Parts: sequence; C-alpha cells; structure tokens
Amino acid sequence: MSEIPQKLKDYLDMLSLVDDRSERIQLLIETAERFHSVDESISTRPFPEENKVPGCESQAYVWEEQIEDEKLKFHFAVENPQGISAKAMAVILDETLSGAPAKEVAEVPGDVIYEVFGKELSMGKSMGLMGMVGMVANKARKFSEGNG
Amino acid sequence: MSKIEDRGYSNSDVLVSTDWVADHLEDSNVRIVESNEDPLLYPSQHIPGAVEVDWTRDLNQQVRRDYLEKDGFEALMKKIGATRDTTVVFYGDKSNWWACYAFWIFQLFGHTNAKVMDGGRLKWEKEKRPMNKDVPSYNATSYSAPNRDDKKIRAFRDDVLTHVNASLPLVDVRSPEEYSGERMHMPDYPNEGALRGGHIPGAHSVPWGRAINPDDGSFKTAGELAEIYQKEKGLGKDDNVVAYCRIGERSSHTWFVLTYLLGFSNVRNYDGSWTEWGNLVNVPIEK
Repeated sequence: MSEIPQKLKDYLDMLSLVDDRSERIQLLIETAERFHSVDESISTRPFPEENKVPGCESQAYVWEEQIEDEKLKFHFAVENPQGISAKAMAVILDETLSGAPAKEVAEVPGDVIYEVFGKELSMGKSMGLMGMVGMVANKARKFSEGNG
Repeated sequence: MSKIEDRGYSNSDVLVSTDWVADHLEDSNVRIVESNEDPLLYPSQHIPGAVEVDWTRDLNQQVRRDYLEKDGFEALMKKIGATRDTTVVFYGDKSNWWACYAFWIFQLFGHTNAKVMDGGRLKWEKEKRPMNKDVPSYNATSYSAPNRDDKKIRAFRDDVLTHVNASLPLVDVRSPEEYSGERMHMPDYPNEGALRGGHIPGAHSVPWGRAINPDDGSFKTAGELAEIYQKEKGLGKDDNVVAYCRIGERSSHTWFVLTYLLGFSNVRNYDGSWTEWGNLVNVPIEK
C-alpha cells in the first residue's frame, strides 16, 4: 500500500490486532453508532447527485470542506437506515482522513475496505464501500491539483 | 398493504407477515433466520430468537464457486437447531434479496417447510417491533438431507446456452444500466467483475425491485406482478424461464416471485449470472 495518512495507518494497525471476528464486528458497529449525517450548513436534502457515491446502494453522499490551506474536512450522509457498514466507513474516513494532507488522502486505495471489513463482503457491498473511499480520494486529488 | 391472503398469490402460504412472525417468536417449531448482505446488521440487532445464516460463510463453499454440499447443509441445520419438520422463516436486508437467496438454496436440499417474511428487515424495523442483540443458542439437532438437487431450479452456463439457442425466455433482473451494458463505474473505480457488458440475448429486462413496494419492501399483489411479468413481458406460467443477475442473489428474489407468488411451474435461477456470462469466451451477448 502506498503512503496513506498516519491516522488511517494507525487505525488499520489497531484493527489488525482484533483477530476475533465478533469483536471486530462489534467494534465496527460501535463505530457506526458515532455517525452524524452532514450538517445543514454543508448540504440539505435533496442532496445533489454530484455528491452521491456511485455504486453505493446505501445511498451514501460525500462532501469536502476546506479547513486549512492543504487540508479538507469530509462530511457524509447515508440515506439507507440499514446502511450500517456505510455509516461505519463514513466515520472511519472522517476520523482518519479529515484534516490529513490532501495529497496523502488522494493516495488512499479503495481496497482499504478489505482491511476494515475482511474479504467476506459481497461484490455489491464492496463496490459501494470502495466507491466511498474513491470519492473521498478523488475530492482530495482534485483539491490538491487545484492548489498545486 | 393488503393482507397476504388477499393479494391473490398462487402460494400465499410461503409468505408470512410481520404479525405472523411476532406471534411465533416463542414457537419451537419455527426457526427465524436472518440473511443479509451487510455483515454488521444481524450483530447490531435482530428479531429476538433469530439466527443468522450468512451467504458467504454458511452457504458458499470457500474454495470452489459453488454452494455447500449435503454434509455442509446438515451441519448448518444442526447448528441452527432445525429438523426437517422445522418451519424456517427467512428475512433480511435489501427487501429480502439474501433471504430469498438462502430460501432458494434451502430448496436445493428440499427443505420445503420454508417461508419468507414479507417486507423483510425493513418492514419489521419500520413497524418498530422488538429487536435485540442476543445471539440465541439452540440444541443441536439431527438432520438428514438429500443430496443437493441442481436440476429443477438451478441453471448452469451450458443450460443457459441451450436455453438461448432455443429462444426460450430469460429475465435479466439487474438495473437498466447493467442490462444495457453502460459502464457502471467511474474512472478509477473498480468495475463489477465482468470483462464484457450487456445482457444474454433475448433476455427481458425486469429489475428485481419492480416486484416490491419500496416503502416497506413488501411484495406487490399478484395482479400487479402479473401486469409486469405476464402482460408487459408476455411470460406464461408454463414457460421455461431462466432468471439471472450478477451473482444470483437478486434473481433468486425474482425466482421466488415467479415461482410462488405467480405460480410459474418451471423457473430456474442462473447463479453464475453476469459474473460468469460476462467473462465467458465466445458466448453471445447483446447490448
């Protein structure tokens, strides 16, 4: 894996120590419980299509907000009430990538989802979660190219 | 939504309401089974007393792309405490995609004493019915299963090729974009595991979701379903029909609709679906 933001690396290192599947699932459920949908100051319903994650059946949306010269804060909405994995992924991405250098965020690979959820995901679920990571990385890439 | 028995289904007893499930939570002859796409859903909370049957870990072989064999099915039934007399009731996310998938696999082993909860997890949650995190443990049973029978309700690629060459009807239950072969992914995003896009020649496009009421995931009435599959697409109850999607989960939902709700007599699910057909060499594809 190429260089990724330190907070994400630390999180994945921590997660790799959780061998027991039930414990890992419980950890991810608790992570999902910290999910907060995008603030109204950023966007309101109906959310724009341009912020919708392609291929995500949980109807996830991503926004970026510049917080420093080279850093972004990411915001998420998950419109499917049963989209618990999407909510967990949103929390992880926000807590580990918001405030990280955009150039590093742009390098986060989509297959990081397998380090989080394991390889038992369905293809559809994988597509959606990878799409969330990819959209965050794309937003960071465009931002850093614009700043470059 | 009207009562299940008033919707005109050919086999209304295969579908049970959330009320029915609520009334049978303590029934030792009933085993409630949750099957989801999202692996976090069941552990987060579920219908009290429900067990989980996971499509990857419990129903699929871990090396070869195939389902479990007789021994594996017997072990699964023993684990969830079911006998051949146990009424197994499936429910799950995605308006019962995975519940129908599990139901279909159970039929490969002849466990006909099986039902699906109308509306699945979505309806149960919307009705604010009880849920908890307790993972139940049931006494292990002795279960003797027949060998898996792939002939009647499962189609393999050679069957499908023969089917196509005979101009027999197929139903593609994927989204219109998947059916048309439009690219499903943005640049830099993964594609969906098939080298070619499009659909099997002659297949009717009927996205699976047309069979349900999106507000609560319940099935449409027989009249509404007949309007789609029979009047609009011209399928007949005695037709030899093959349904497919990407890996066979959505098409098992449509298989359930055609077989039990509309009473079609000869429907098979092609579980190889587009992830197989779209990668095969020298098979016909339409766009």
